[in-house]
Amino acid sequence: MEFDVLVVGAGPSGLAAAIRLRQLSLEAGVDLQVCVVEKGSEVGAHILSGAVFEPTALNELIPDWRDRDAPLRTAVSGDKIYFLTGQKSSIRAPGMFVPPAMHNSGNYIVSMGNVCRWLARQAEELGVMLFPGFAASEFLRGEDGAITGVATGDMGLSRSGEQKGNFVPGYHLKAKYTLLAEGCRGHLGKQLIREFDLDAEAQDPQHYGIGLKEVWEVAPERHQPGLVVHGAGWPLAGDATGGSFLYHAEDNQVYLGLIVDLSYSNPHRSPFQDFQLLKHHPLFAETLKGGRRLSYGARALVKGGLQSLPKMSAPGALLLGDDAGTLNAAKIKGNHVAMKSGMVAAEVVFEQLSGEAAAGADLTAYRERFLASWAGDELHRARNFAPAMHKWGTWLGSAFAFIDQKLLRGRAPFTLRDSLPDHATFRPASSSPPIDYPKPDGELSFDRLSSVFLSNTNHEEDQPCHLQLTDADIPIRDNLPKFDEPAQRYCPAGVYEVVRENGEAEPRFQINAQNCVHCKTCDIKDPAQNITWVVPEGGGGPNYPNM
Amino acid sequence: MKVLVAVKRVVDYNVKVRAKSDQSGVDLANVKMAMNPFCEIAVEEAVRLKEAGKVEEIVAVSVGPDAAQEQLRTALALGADRAILVRHEGESEPLGVAKVLHKLVEREQADMVLLGKQAIDDDNNQTGQMLAALMNRPQGTFISELNIDGEQVSITREVDGGLQKIRFQLPAVITVDLRLNEPRYASLPNIMKARQKPLDAVDPAELGVDLEPRLAVLKVTDPPVRQAGIVVETVADLVDKLRNEAKVI
Repeated sequence: MEFDVLVVGAGPSGLAAAIRLRQLSLEAGVDLQVCVVEKGSEVGAHILSGAVFEPTALNELIPDWRDRDAPLRTAVSGDKIYFLTGQKSSIRAPGMFVPPAMHNSGNYIVSMGNVCRWLARQAEELGVMLFPGFAASEFLRGEDGAITGVATGDMGLSRSGEQKGNFVPGYHLKAKYTLLAEGCRGHLGKQLIREFDLDAEAQDPQHYGIGLKEVWEVAPERHQPGLVVHGAGWPLAGDATGGSFLYHAEDNQVYLGLIVDLSYSNPHRSPFQDFQLLKHHPLFAETLKGGRRLSYGARALVKGGLQSLPKMSAPGALLLGDDAGTLNAAKIKGNHVAMKSGMVAAEVVFEQLSGEAAAGADLTAYRERFLASWAGDELHRARNFAPAMHKWGTWLGSAFAFIDQKLLRGRAPFTLRDSLPDHATFRPASSSPPIDYPKPDGELSFDRLSSVFLSNTNHEEDQPCHLQLTDADIPIRDNLPKFDEPAQRYCPAGVYEVVRENGEAEPRFQINAQNCVHCKTCDIKDPAQNITWVVPEGGGGPNYPNM
Repeated sequence: MKVLVAVKRVVDYNVKVRAKSDQSGVDLANVKMAMNPFCEIAVEEAVRLKEAGKVEEIVAVSVGPDAAQEQLRTALALGADRAILVRHEGESEPLGVAKVLHKLVEREQADMVLLGKQAIDDDNNQTGQMLAALMNRPQGTFISELNIDGEQVSITREVDGGLQKIRFQLPAVITVDLRLNEPRYASLPNIMKARQKPLDAVDPAELGVDLEPRLAVLKVTDPPVRQAGIVVETVADLVDKLRNEAKVI
């Protein structure tokens, strides 16, 4: 099947691009065929974000969003930042010390999954063809090597790769331009960056975090709709930086989470257990007490910023949003910048297709125009935030951020660097202090499996494993003795286990791929870079409601 | 031969449902909805019959909100020829749905009605049986095998004691069980084609059917949480607990 433009991924950047393309083509009176494929069972099923949403990009894309019943219903009414100094203590950062990027007035507390569901409806009304349940699995290439579309994955293959009774081969979806909007560490985006050497000119390698999130329903008297609480510090200390959040949304719901920067070095660290522990801090426990947990999920996020931003185009293909890495770490927001990148990409592609120029060109103008927009200015001003945190830790890093963001407004005459990739930061397990995490109490904290249960994750059981090991021996032979195989702990869904069954002398590395919530952390953090995340059968993965 | 297939929009089987905190029902806000898996098997069977040349037309029918068009489009993508949505917001009960289907069978002059044995939301397992009674025609329920030879239908039913084989005449009502077939995936070209296939919407009043619920839901609650088990030290401990705590011996 052939389209003018193919978008891979129905998240904020992909949907914004699709909407903008159709808007432009309708204005110009041409019928541009725009197709969006999404690996989730429906739009929103794989979306996980905080989220405090800054409506700048949406105001530009759909100025009358208020009249269209957009799910931006809870305006931010209060903004608090705390330094968690211990398991019971915290200090509130006085307002005057808070950098402007951290102020949230004018923003909304949203479920980004629901925002995407709404964006998808707007897109379909404009004539975008949207196909959830279809995973883009590999690139199609023209004779000159340019990207000419994608092939969706085969459906109905058995674990060993044989065709089952309901086998349907993948489709070739051809397009003049393919926009990759898979989010952080998209598997096609990763391939594009590698093949076309797109990160050659980036100053630093890309940096990541893992975000873990839960939605709770809390007692009405503990709920303050519109309140935004951010925390830094405990339980992350020493080797790890990151931050926590607690957003009071509508209907007595709160969204809370922990972001752990994947530059942490202690292989004994378990971001999942850090998150469970966090909820026992009074700052969180006071709100959650007596409430009930509604859902759980996790997703890696990209935070390298400007220094790590690759070239965003290759012949026939563009990288959108966090597939390239456009998140603004100082604002701890990515959605508005991702949407803006999609809109700029749409405009560049539309101009290209309206002219005489051919399909399959390398649209370098996209990156230039993106960086020339307000989004580029934001990324420039935010550039020192994340490296400072990694370099100097939460306390000194925050002091620096105050100077950099508040006093200099991001216009410092220098740029900080962070040149060690996240997979190379582990110290040996033997020389790292063990971390003693308490057992979950079943009220505030829970174990991994009961958490994954709430993500509604499912994969057809009899299908090829979508977590591929380049060398099957590395986990037990190398990672286990050196790092106590950290996959057992960094995976938020309990996918990886080292099992020692009765009578078996040798431990075995087990991959429970059906638990996978598609967060991509393993693909990023494995010290040997031995795990490759590929798309499973379309429709598999989490089914997040209201995430 | 013309076949009517009933299709219900339900919460996706992967979703863990929970009761609303006011106990008025199950929380459906933004949860993934899908075609009831048993209905999918019914659609698949109808499509296979059509592919085998035994059926000329497949009409998919759903009673539900406008959003149930999604599930009808899925049925069309799987191979149904056209679809009818009977608009109804809120709960639909088996008797109301059976009455709607009865009217449509008459209107469409359908020879066979294929339904899932039950829907995974209420698990009523009543609609097919009620429909057969209203039509005063034979019914074959929980089938795992279906053979059609002219007017003659032979089926295999899954019953408690094993398998039961029956033969009866069309027109008839058939409800399908899990082992009848494995539904196909809707292909991308067929999903696109399905968008062009006819989908009519009618109000139940046009059919002279009142779909207002006849049952009052008093409350819906989550099942009680299972207590964690304990490991006992000795056999004597175990016997003691079984006798004095569990009181089973």
